Amino acid sequence: MKNRLKVLRAMRDWSQADLADRLGVSRQSVNAIEKGRYDPSLPLAFAIADVFELTIEEIFERDA
Amino acid sequence: MGSPKNPAVKRYIVRVATLMTLYLVVLFTAKWTFENAQVEGPLAYALAIAPALPLIGVFWAVMRYLTEESDEYLRMLVVRQCLFATGFCLTIVTIWQWLQNFDLAPASNGGFGAAFFWFIGLGFGALYNKLTLGDWGNLW
Repeated sequence: MKNRLKVLRAMRDWSQADLADRLGVSRQSVNAIEKGRYDPSLPLAFAIADVFELTIEEIFERDA
Repeated sequence: MGSPKNPAVKRYIVRVATLMTLYLVVLFTAKWTFENAQVEGPLAYALAIAPALPLIGVFWAVMRYLTEESDEYLRMLVVRQCLFATGFCLTIVTIWQWLQNFDLAPASNGGFGAAFFWFIGLGFGALYNKLTLGDWGNLW
């Protein structure tokens, strides 16, 4: 699943570790999600949306 | 091994280190007793099974880690690792068994049982995670 995590993070000048701390997950998790190697669960996707104050659809794109 | 800051990993390391120390003590005690004393009946069975218990404890420690790890991605890596290890172990022992069935392998396995191959499989599972997802996972 594609996502805008890297762009959104860069806009806020957050490192992967910063975002991981805000989400309470490991930096590896953020990296895997960002690179599209791992699709987060719905609760984690909501947590990501809350951190960026956006909706899930504004962050994640469904696969074509 | 995973981040030492991760409390689930810390607990896993303490549990496995304790169990493996216990395993060595029980193994050498059982071996020494069988070699130097006349052990028979239920005591012999209990003594023979004793070294298996800490190894079963390590299986428990791995499963316990899975329930205590709060990070879903890290948890998924270890689930994949365990599935890989299970497949690897079953493959090896099944092949071994059929070689034994046709007398092409010795009846004794030289002490290398299913647990040994499962632990080896965990290592290969971590490598599989690294090659396919870019991360080793926390247990290797």
